[in-house]
Amino acid sequence: MAKIVEHPFAKYLRAAMMPHIWCSGCGNGIILNAFIHALDELQIDLNKLVVVSGIGCIGRAAGYINVDSFHTTHGRPIAFATGVKLAKPELEVVVISGDGDLFSIGGNHFIHAARRNIGIKVICANNFNYGMTGGQAGPTTPLEALTTTTPYGNIEHPFNLVHLAAAAGATYVARWTTLHVRMLTMSIKKLLQRRGFSFIEVVSPCPEIYGRRNKMQSGLEMMEWFRKASVTASFSDTAKAEITPEKIVVGEFVDIEKPTYEQLLYTKIAQIMNVQK
Amino acid sequence: MLKVAEKKAVLSGVHFMSGDIACAEGAIAAGCRFFAGYPITPATEIAEHIASRMPKVGGIYIQMEDEIASIAAVIGASYAGLKAMTATSGPGFSLMQENIGLAVMTEAPCVIVDVMRGGPSTGQPTLPGQQDVMQVKWGSHGDYEIIALAPSSAQEMFNLTIEAFNLAERYRVPTFIITDEAVAHTWEKVVIPPLEEIKVVNRKKPDMPPSKYMPFMPDDDLVPPMACFGEGYRFHATGLAHDEYGYPRTQDSEVQTRLVRRLCDKIRKNADKIVRVEKAFLDDAEVLVVAYGIVARAALGAVKKARDQGIKAGLLRLITLWPFPEKHVVEAAANAKAIIVPEMNCGQMVREVERVAKTTPVYPVPKLGGAPHTPLEIFEALRRHS
Ligand SMILES: Cc1ncc(C[n+]2csc(CCOP(=O)(O)OP(=O)(O)O)c2C)c(N)n1
Ligand code: SF4
Repeated sequence: MAKIVEHPFAKYLRAAMMPHIWCSGCGNGIILNAFIHALDELQIDLNKLVVVSGIGCIGRAAGYINVDSFHTTHGRPIAFATGVKLAKPELEVVVISGDGDLFSIGGNHFIHAARRNIGIKVICANNFNYGMTGGQAGPTTPLEALTTTTPYGNIEHPFNLVHLAAAAGATYVARWTTLHVRMLTMSIKKLLQRRGFSFIEVVSPCPEIYGRRNKMQSGLEMMEWFRKASVTASFSDTAKAEITPEKIVVGEFVDIEKPTYEQLLYTKIAQIMNVQK
Repeated sequence: MLKVAEKKAVLSGVHFMSGDIACAEGAIAAGCRFFAGYPITPATEIAEHIASRMPKVGGIYIQMEDEIASIAAVIGASYAGLKAMTATSGPGFSLMQENIGLAVMTEAPCVIVDVMRGGPSTGQPTLPGQQDVMQVKWGSHGDYEIIALAPSSAQEMFNLTIEAFNLAERYRVPTFIITDEAVAHTWEKVVIPPLEEIKVVNRKKPDMPPSKYMPFMPDDDLVPPMACFGEGYRFHATGLAHDEYGYPRTQDSEVQTRLVRRLCDKIRKNADKIVRVEKAFLDDAEVLVVAYGIVARAALGAVKKARDQGIKAGLLRLITLWPFPEKHVVEAAANAKAIIVPEMNCGQMVREVERVAKTTPVYPVPKLGGAPHTPLEIFEALRRHS
């Protein structure tokens, strides 16, 4: 009789939450997989890791990872994570959420957390639309793309997320697609090792909802687009790191250190407490 | 060392303080070590005072980008193990509503102060109102119960803020201090008791190993013990309808019913333990004032004046607005010919009084414009209905 062995990564997942809700061909599983690989390779202490998500398809990631995890309201994972990180700076706090969650409804929290350089780590699945609510346009939807709310083609200019993150003050900024699994895992490892506000955008296929409307019927076709269009341009001008049907600029764009908010805060508290001793 | 820090947290002695400052000191004395907020009149002095005091006791003050972020950070800090608070006024309170629901659903103990000003909208920033008393109960979507306390003085801002933290921790529920500009900005004598006399309640912790822990499995008192992030329990919490493991079970009507009923029942069934009122001249009262907050102070003056003139008047002051002190109102109403309810709004809590007073006629004494009732205004109403 065949011996049943537990998958070496089983400990990272909550079996009781399976099966997951994601469609076949979705990129979210690849992102989760890369995240778990990074945790494993770094042997991160799972008791000291908190994963926070907002609302959306990728927002379910928090529930699937077997660590302390919290599924907040739509748009608020970074604000929630800020409270966690300041209250217990020794915890590693990672936000995994969608482009709509982080940059539309939650845009204000993103730029302010980056500006303050709070040491939380943000991984954004950019699937160019709102998957969970059925495929409406969002802040990353490309010009002319078809979505349920742009049936005649999108006329809003999309955010360049890496440019936004860099401008707001993030200390580590990278973009990959779900095709770049190795690079993505490497990047997540760096993200986990950096101290300051760090950000990875993962361009991710949503074949069911976005692809179907934009002439990419399957996950494979979307990955084919990523393969054809991706160009690595690390540490180049983020303003030029565009995403168009012809070109997806990927790479690492920012990697610097500066004092984090919690370092400054706790130093100040120590000084003030010392003065009055 | 800890003792030193604790001593610094409780400024025992006699002070001259505004209501806002007393509230800030009450929070620190109760063990609050995290404050996130966004400036708004007339609550700003709470934030300002905490910004200066918090680091001295090793606590955290952060000014967030808005009120939505503030309450989200407060819930995060609460889940990371700290006692946490935010303070705001009407417009900011409206912004917080969605995440107040999140705090209810995830049973995050926290304190939210709403220093009421006149509304709607930006309304009257520097003047008092009592127009949010229904929003504090019904503001967030869904079915839930919360606790709201209404101080009438600076001293009560201190005392009841401690009480609010204790209730929040005891029942794992967002607890509100609902007050107004007049209480917040009036400077008065505040007596801060010695450290030993301040009763502080802390959330119940799990005593089982992580493998046995179910984060939303209640004890007999309907309140689940609370593990926090980083303590090795590795639990999940969500604003979605969830089972006792914290896992989303949005399609299961039984699970949802059980959860929402418990969230309501843990407050409803403990209402007798939570509710506080103050009674004056009630024993033989024939005409009754039911009031709260700053208005209750004028009401007491009015009742005394009425007594001087031979009118058998009495005052029932609501300290707990939610859960509504039903039993006390029923009891007081039983012997009364009439109840008057003066409020700085067009008539809000008066509906609750009517609901439970049943056969006793209830008369609202609404007041808008941004000033509390004068004792004379309330006296006139008492006289009319005596
Ligand atoms: C306040 C609020 N507004 C709207 C929604 C509905 N909603 C749920 S998910 C979502 C969009 C999610 O998009 P994204 O963050 O890109 O994640 P995805 O589903 O694409 O992974 C919206 C608008 C909500 N839950 N809360
Ligand atoms: S809708 Fe799109 S993003 Fe959501 S699970 Fe399906 S493929 Fe993935």
